[in-house]
Amino acid sequence: MSSRNGHLLEVKNLRTYFDTEDGLVKAVDDISFSLQRGETLGIVGESGSGKSVTNLSIIRLIPDPPGKIVSGEVVFNGQDILLLPPEEVRKIRGRRIAMIFQDPMTSLNPFLKISKQLMEMTQLHLGYTKAQAYEHAIKMLETVGIPDARTRVDNYPHEFSGGMRQRVMIAMALSCQPELLIADEPTTALDVTIQAQILELIKKLKQETGTSVILITHDLGVVAGMTDHVIVMYAGKVFEQARTAELFARPGNPYTKGLLRSVPDPTSEQGKLYQIPGSPPDVARLKPGCPFAPRCERVEEICRREFPPFVQLNADHYSLCHFAREVFDASEATNK
Amino acid sequence: MDEKQPKDPGDHKPVEPALSPWGEPTDVSGGEHDAGVIAIAPEMAIAEADVRSAEEGEYVRGSSLWKDAWRRLLKNKLAVFGLVVVILVTLASITGPFIIKKTLGFTPDYIPSNNVKLIKSFPPFTGPDGQFSWTHPMGTDNAGRDQLARVLQGGQISLFVGIIATLVSLLIGVSYGAIAGYIGGRLDNLMMRIVDILYSLPYVIVVIVLLSMFRSQTPRGQLILLFIALGSVSWLTMARIVRGQVLSLKNQEFVLAARATGVSTPRIIFRHIVPNTLGPVIVYATLTIPQIMLTEAFLSFLGFGVQAPLASWGSLASDGIQNIAIFPWQLIFPGVTMALTLFSLNFLGDGLRDALDPQMRTN
Repeated sequence: MSSRNGHLLEVKNLRTYFDTEDGLVKAVDDISFSLQRGETLGIVGESGSGKSVTNLSIIRLIPDPPGKIVSGEVVFNGQDILLLPPEEVRKIRGRRIAMIFQDPMTSLNPFLKISKQLMEMTQLHLGYTKAQAYEHAIKMLETVGIPDARTRVDNYPHEFSGGMRQRVMIAMALSCQPELLIADEPTTALDVTIQAQILELIKKLKQETGTSVILITHDLGVVAGMTDHVIVMYAGKVFEQARTAELFARPGNPYTKGLLRSVPDPTSEQGKLYQIPGSPPDVARLKPGCPFAPRCERVEEICRREFPPFVQLNADHYSLCHFAREVFDASEATNK
Repeated sequence: MDEKQPKDPGDHKPVEPALSPWGEPTDVSGGEHDAGVIAIAPEMAIAEADVRSAEEGEYVRGSSLWKDAWRRLLKNKLAVFGLVVVILVTLASITGPFIIKKTLGFTPDYIPSNNVKLIKSFPPFTGPDGQFSWTHPMGTDNAGRDQLARVLQGGQISLFVGIIATLVSLLIGVSYGAIAGYIGGRLDNLMMRIVDILYSLPYVIVVIVLLSMFRSQTPRGQLILLFIALGSVSWLTMARIVRGQVLSLKNQEFVLAARATGVSTPRIIFRHIVPNTLGPVIVYATLTIPQIMLTEAFLSFLGFGVQAPLASWGSLASDGIQNIAIFPWQLIFPGVTMALTLFSLNFLGDGLRDALDPQMRTN
């Protein structure tokens, strides 16, 4: 969207490692990306590719031990969050960076009324009185489309359906008007019709409030409809980074190509669904070459030997592959 | 990508309009364009949601966690029996001595010193001349004190000791366990080793040593000492139980969500986590009361606890056992009352456990 406001968030060379019994797990290894104000960034990847760890690192919620942010910078509004004292980070959480989690069934406290949970945010960060916070809670519930908000606000979480709970989570996340909303697979636990409603809601609220959004998902469909930029992650690394339209049209990485091919195509009912062979590597035992090499269709000798370079394909399209340029050109050709 | 044919996403994939970029790759960046495809119009979404919530609201509102538990508790006959007995004993203990004072004019420690004929142990329902009398339904003790009044007053002290020690165990045990469990790591290790050490001390001996070391001159002072002694050992198991609960709760997503909204650690522990441990805590607390009462009775029986003229069920039984062959009612009444109360509390505790933990439900 508008780049004149500059970057809201810049993540530079972030490394988050976990010291486990299996050895050092490099859950996030040297990741860099940036996010403009008002923009939506999608982070796509298989389970265990480091998507969630990246975002927990941004607000410093990595369980320590065993996790540790080894190096890097997370510059939010010109401040490096990783250097701030914990007290300051706590003021940013919820106030300026809010999160929505995957499973709305477990991310609300079952013992507290919705009103209490919503009020906590504004009382804590905005210094609202009880009455103000209560009214604000009702207003937020109305904003996210919960009917009869005034009576529903005093219900307990178990009195809401999954989709409604996710709406409550969104209301909670947005109640302090954060500058950045991190949505960690917000629709994964919901059924398909509700998914569309929730995504539409996030999109609408984003436009109204101008909040930037980081959307973590493994659903490429969601990414396509919602985001401006996409990052594809694999084994803790960024494999490809591009504007959404370009990533779908001209992927420059064999892994991205594989992902795109494995999306079911409803127009051709016959035939097997494509899947990338093998499974993601054990991040604790990575071999020296490209982490995707064992599963790659286009693998060559060099891939097993050397770690691939992060190739810049055009203004904002990068790909981590020895053959990024070739793959990029090939997919451009097939598209014509 | 050549196998992908341009398609109209609206027909087949109403929910993933998103895939349209394959058809018109250039069109994606303006996600708004295909909004119409996914978009369930907002009014519609709300209307649909309305129906859902109305149905659900009706269905769920009637069965909150506590109401559910209460219904399950009422189905358990033993637990209901326990509840009724506990309530009756409690009410009788609290009001009984006052009623006796008002109607018959004597207190639990009243010795009829103006009439030497009355300073001896009468059997139940027996007057000074051996005739039937309502004055002492449980008879009197060696000093001619009314046994019923003493049993009721003993109940006061026994229940009071049980409840106070349980409250101490709730306060210390719950906070201790919750802090250890939530903070984890080295602090947890240290705190729980302290508990282990205290556990390994034979606590009856600890209590006896405490009581005899600080032996107080007044019965009331002795009573307070007893509270402290019992309270100081009663929280250990509670701390372990709560810590275990917190360990499994702290990795739940709602805790992460609370942290992500900037809630401080003490607030997360005491406002978000502790309420979730309430079920097991309540159950264990109801089971702690009889346990503490038994310990109190045991100590009083040994002569370390409640001292005359105050009475507790333990000290009454201790007095009674000396004359068991001649005056059996001196033992039977406090003994039976205590046994009945302890049974009932245990039944109630078991019932609560089954009621609060639906997974325990059999059939």
